[in-house]
Amino acid sequence: MNLHTRKLLDRSFTAAGFFAIVMMACALILILYPIISRGLGAYIFRATCEHRRVQFEEFQAGSRQEIEREAAEIAAVRQPVFDMIAAHEKDLKAELQEAFDQVRALAAAEGGFLQRSLERRLKRAHADASLEECLAVLSDIRESLKGQYDHERFIGVIGVITERKQRVEQAAGKLSDMKHALRDLLGPLPGDRRPELLRSHYGQTRWDRSLHYLDKFLYRYDWDYTNAENTGVKTRTPRADEFRGTDLEPAFGYVRDNIEAMMQPRLTFYWRFLTTDSRDAHFFGGIWPEVLGTFYLTIGAMLFAIPMGVIAAIYLCEYARPTKTVSLLRSCMSTLAGVPSIVFGLFGLAFFLNTVGVSDSKSVLAGSLTLALMILPTVIRASEEAILAVPFTYKEAALGLGAGRWRTVLTVILPAALPGILTGIVISMGRAAGETAPIIFTAAVSVGLAISPLQALDSPTPALPWNIYNLCTEHEAVDEIRHVQFGMVFTLVALVLALNIIAIALRARISRKLRG
Amino acid sequence: MSTAVDAALTHPDESTQQPGDSGITMHRMKSFAGRDDHTGLETLEAHVQARNFSIFYGDNEAVRSLSMDIPRSRVTAIIGPSGCGKSTFLRAVNRMNDLIPRCHTNGELMFDEENVYDPMVDVVQLRQRIGMVFQKPNPFPKSIFDNVAYGPRLQGERNRGRLADIVERSLRGAVLWDEVKDRLHDNALGLSGGPQQRMCLARALAVNPEILLMDEPTSALDPRSTASIEALIGQLRGDYTIIIVTHNMQQAARVSDFTAFMYEGLLIEYGNTTKLFTNPANKQTEDYITGRFG
Ligand SMILES: Nc1ncnc2c1ncn2[C@@H]1O[C@H](COP(=O)(O)OP(=O)(O)OP(=O)(O)O)[C@@H](O)[C@H]1O
Ligand SMILES: [Mg+2]
Repeated sequence: MNLHTRKLLDRSFTAAGFFAIVMMACALILILYPIISRGLGAYIFRATCEHRRVQFEEFQAGSRQEIEREAAEIAAVRQPVFDMIAAHEKDLKAELQEAFDQVRALAAAEGGFLQRSLERRLKRAHADASLEECLAVLSDIRESLKGQYDHERFIGVIGVITERKQRVEQAAGKLSDMKHALRDLLGPLPGDRRPELLRSHYGQTRWDRSLHYLDKFLYRYDWDYTNAENTGVKTRTPRADEFRGTDLEPAFGYVRDNIEAMMQPRLTFYWRFLTTDSRDAHFFGGIWPEVLGTFYLTIGAMLFAIPMGVIAAIYLCEYARPTKTVSLLRSCMSTLAGVPSIVFGLFGLAFFLNTVGVSDSKSVLAGSLTLALMILPTVIRASEEAILAVPFTYKEAALGLGAGRWRTVLTVILPAALPGILTGIVISMGRAAGETAPIIFTAAVSVGLAISPLQALDSPTPALPWNIYNLCTEHEAVDEIRHVQFGMVFTLVALVLALNIIAIALRARISRKLRG
Repeated sequence: MSTAVDAALTHPDESTQQPGDSGITMHRMKSFAGRDDHTGLETLEAHVQARNFSIFYGDNEAVRSLSMDIPRSRVTAIIGPSGCGKSTFLRAVNRMNDLIPRCHTNGELMFDEENVYDPMVDVVQLRQRIGMVFQKPNPFPKSIFDNVAYGPRLQGERNRGRLADIVERSLRGAVLWDEVKDRLHDNALGLSGGPQQRMCLARALAVNPEILLMDEPTSALDPRSTASIEALIGQLRGDYTIIIVTHNMQQAARVSDFTAFMYEGLLIEYGNTTKLFTNPANKQTEDYITGRFG
């Protein structure tokens, strides 16, 4: 090989190495960028007044005066919209008035049983009754008239009722749609019954979601299937068009122009996202139970895996004779390291829960044991390598001074091997924190409160990896809470990263101490 | 004067041509005070006695039926070509060979009337009585203090004051105290080679052994550090029985009272150092010390 080709080869190796590193950096950025940018969105975002109300009413955070002052402010801004709706409803009711008048006249003319029956019904459509009630009363009257044996006599009245009802019903349907969209944006409207789900008690808590719902309020989205040849086409029509000429027409422009005043978005650092539990399937609140659960599982797994792993490594390196059995043991361990984690999960269920019965149901204990088993080969392997890397001279020196085997291990070999052992521990710690499959069957639940360390012995816990998966596959309204999902991913990544950084710092310190 | 000594030692063939000449006189002047150049082994009490002692690595007999008496409170050097079994024998004395799986022995190795290889012997105690300094300085990655205090701590000494006393005494014994007294809690790996080796010596002394085994203790050191270690051996002589393996024949001549020459596992010649270097009885010894082989 001449000099030229050798140089060329050298350069291409360098280029290939460089390329690999650049690719890795790109991949890392591609993965990490959305996680960080969108995950941070769970902590730092423009929070609306609704967010502050949730915080105050559900989590006792914030001052009452502040909340009340803000409530008065936004109520003043929102009131015109509600007034417009009321005016529109009144108009529609007025349109029904002719039908009611005719019924009333009929009742007076008929007298007797029919009069009493009609007037009883008419009472329900009093001045304060809602549009829906009035329409219901009209339907009721129409049916009862139709039910008379000589109903041909009422054909005129029935015609008027039917005609009016249809016209108003159509308008009322549009109004109801519009009110629905407004509720999504602002929360319950005045006069609404208290909704059952907590998520409907409040308007949008985040400014970005508010804008999304503003759009849905201002425009109506429909699927157009008129062209049977093609798939449906999404159409977008301004809602204002549907209410042209009515009292409600200016409401849309008003909401659009005053949305900021209605929602009062303020850039907020919502650190409670980390430290509070969640309400109504993660619609409100934070992820503390998940974080704590992940913490318990990881610490628990380490509690079992570190002593067992390090002792096993010491045994293999210092005590075991290099026999066939030991080498077989080693190959088994390597195989174990490659077993899919779901298999460990099933084993944990079958062994720890069903056979041994460490707890009656899934529990953090069972999950920790399963995770410990999963990372044990890694811990053993790393510890073994670290112990073997300790210079033989250290051992010689200790033995030469009259140290027994065990003392040598404790006082000289383990301290010198500590950095390497730590590395293995950190790697497996990250794995234990992020692994989902082993805890599905043994420890994780979708929703739950934060548990105490004592409860960890016999109760399951939510945990970040499982809940990330659970949110995106099983949550009924995941689109509403994407930020929670990204927040969880971000928190998990940050947690693992933090663990790593702590361990790296620790390792560096120990290494520095060892090196002198 | 020193050139004459060097000449005598680097060209021993010249001095052997004129036995009893000035070369020996010079040699005696440079050797340690009190060294009895003409004392025979027979008059001294033996501290370690090998009786037809053999050491095997598997089937390979590395030390063959060796018999020798190592006198108490004297410095005994073992020389010989590479692979002749010097280290093997030395490491047998405090049973460091136990670490090697296929190593076994035959015959007797008596230490204070007790067979070192008796199954009843407590190896840990034996090693506390027989300290060792290795070829390469091997401090623990701990502070100087912790290094020297390691042995006493093993023996259960926990009192900080007493430990500090032992550390100081040992470091003074190794002539290192003044150099390191201000940085006892610095990592020992921060010392350079010579001080490191002296610290290892201090560490061995801290256990208060009866015998010090040294396997080429200066082969990894520069001449100045070597000189300081040699001076140290001179000071320790009398208090400890020292067995030193070395490839440096000047060193053997300078520091030892008695010298053993080994060749292919056999003890060829053993006796008074001055006599062995100036007037070897054996042809092989002569060839070796004159540099014809090895
Ligand atoms: N751990 C071992 N396993 C097997 N054979 C060994 C082992 N150590 C040494 N030997 C063999 O024993 C013989 C003596 O070795 P030893 O180390 O005692 O020689 P030495 O005189 O100290 O040599 P050197 O001057 O090079 O240190 C050599 O032939 C060597 O190959
Ligand atoms: Mg050797």
